Amino acid sequence: MILRPRLEEVKIIGYYLGKIILGLAFTMLIPVIIGLAFKELNPTFDFLIGFEAALLFGFFLTRVCHTEKDLNWMQGMIVVSLSWLAAMALGAIPLFLSGHWKSSLDACFEMMSGLSTTGLVLVQDLDHLSFAHNLWRHLGPFIGGQGIAIVALSFFVKGTSGAFKMYVGEAREEKLLPNVIHTARFIWLISIVYLVLGTLALGITGILNGIKPANAFFHGACIFMAGFDTAGFAPQSQNILYYHSPAFEMVTMFFMVFGSLNFNLHYQLWNGNRREIFKNIETRTLFISIMLTFFIVTVGLNQLNVYPKAILLFRKGFFHLLSGHTTTGYMTIYATQFINEWGSLALVTLICAMALGSCACSTSGGIKMLRVGIMFKALKEDIKRIILPGKAVVVEKFHHIKDVFVEDRSVRAAFLITVSYLVLYIAGALIGMFFGYPFLSSLFESTSAAGNVGFSCGITDTAMPTALKITYIIQMWAGRLEFMSIFALIGFVMASIRGKK
Amino acid sequence: MLKRISAVLFLVFILAYGPQQVICFAKSISSTELINNAKAYDGKTVTYEGEAIGDIMRRGEYAWINVNDGINAIGIWINVSLLKDINYTGSYKSSGDKIEVKGIFHRACLEHGGDLDIHAESVRKIESGRMIDRKTDPAKRNLSLILGGVLVLIWILSLFKRK
Repeated sequence: MILRPRLEEVKIIGYYLGKIILGLAFTMLIPVIIGLAFKELNPTFDFLIGFEAALLFGFFLTRVCHTEKDLNWMQGMIVVSLSWLAAMALGAIPLFLSGHWKSSLDACFEMMSGLSTTGLVLVQDLDHLSFAHNLWRHLGPFIGGQGIAIVALSFFVKGTSGAFKMYVGEAREEKLLPNVIHTARFIWLISIVYLVLGTLALGITGILNGIKPANAFFHGACIFMAGFDTAGFAPQSQNILYYHSPAFEMVTMFFMVFGSLNFNLHYQLWNGNRREIFKNIETRTLFISIMLTFFIVTVGLNQLNVYPKAILLFRKGFFHLLSGHTTTGYMTIYATQFINEWGSLALVTLICAMALGSCACSTSGGIKMLRVGIMFKALKEDIKRIILPGKAVVVEKFHHIKDVFVEDRSVRAAFLITVSYLVLYIAGALIGMFFGYPFLSSLFESTSAAGNVGFSCGITDTAMPTALKITYIIQMWAGRLEFMSIFALIGFVMASIRGKK
Repeated sequence: MLKRISAVLFLVFILAYGPQQVICFAKSISSTELINNAKAYDGKTVTYEGEAIGDIMRRGEYAWINVNDGINAIGIWINVSLLKDINYTGSYKSSGDKIEVKGIFHRACLEHGGDLDIHAESVRKIESGRMIDRKTDPAKRNLSLILGGVLVLIWILSLFKRK
């Protein structure tokens, strides 16, 4: 029997949601400062309105739903899934006010795309967008990539039990430190240190490529935030092609890979354990997968003589394969070139790379290398069981920070999430085809949205059907949170409607 | 007689095809047309026009500028000597010069790592850019002041409530 949620439960959810919104509101002060620094008055007002609206909503929820009780698992998951929707709606206010998005839905789409580190865009006339709005677009991935709840965990939430539930709700199961709030703060610490270093590296590269210093460092900060957080946004409409620079592409590639690594691995590297990167199942699987998919992409592109020189193959073929596999979505070709020029073999391989994604507990999307590695180990174990004598004891291990035995429970979890992703990819493709788009284009765009990649083959456009925009928003949201929080929210809504008192 | 017939035929040919040829050559091609039919235009001389946007990125004797025709922006590889007429590039605070570029189109430029670009042979300014004077929007200012006032009121009320 399903029980209807009690008012006390709703209040707990509302209170913690309010706390997260308060945390988010203060992040809008960063573009306010940038707007004032660059003397952009109207954009400053856009963000002041957004900040005040978020603050009022946050205040309202924390006052009305005030409680001293901690979250349980279900409530933690619901708070997380609702906080992503609230962040999307409130974060879209300044975007919509700028006039660069044709509708509030387009602004919400862009905001969800940023927060979920996807990178699909519906902005109009990006080349004339203000510094403040452009920074906000790139701050979205930086906040969402690290985790919206982590913003609140770091500064506003005191109880560690509820905090851990929200942390898990954002698809992070690994604690780097025993205390989850310390873990959240560590994630912010390394992200900000890397932000400073990345901005310097990309800014200097930009200056050497002929960009004015102020612009170079602004672009550097934006590209780093969207690159390290595997989002793929860029301040100009041509994305990375704007720079026409192999050096810029190389630095970007480094940050894409670096950002797609597990935060636990960053923690190990931070503490001097460099050997972990060579032993870890995720980095090994990622390396093998990148090499294998690049080989097939190369064959596909060579068959059609798309890029007749090796350097072209590297700068276009490898760059986009790496960008897709790490789920970043940075592009140096135009969207329709994928369909018009790449051919089926290279394109399908790229879709597979996007679907697989990169490391767990990172900012990247997709199925994730840890799950792929575990499923491969389980398959290996089963094959051994068939081949070896019946009395032989077959045990399979993998290394992820420590040596771990392959257990049925972890294989089942990996398999369930993988199946959920596959269903999401196919469902999006079917909806795309329902609206008349070809199969390959629909599958490409759907995988890109659900895998939080951000590549587009031309479907994502302000003129696409509203239902498809909503489909992609849901895919980006579900793909980023890895389903459990969404299932919890759906369960809660169902219980509210059909549950018994 | 033969000369007259030849002259008339030549005139008819020029009248029939000449202007079309001239128009085709001078007519600028949109970015969408170039990108979607990149193979057909590869290595051909094209005319493309749009607004110069972003930075002018100098690389020795040449530079990169990006020209946006309202749909997409395409990179133009240009000799620095051709840049003298370009004074404004598009950004939040300025609209860029509108220029017409005649040059060789590349689907995947061998010289520039496979970029889709145009190597400019000539550039002509069609319309001058300018600084954009963006006036403060009174509706936005008033709304932010009203919301700010409400927030301050709530804060003061909460202080009284605590006491």
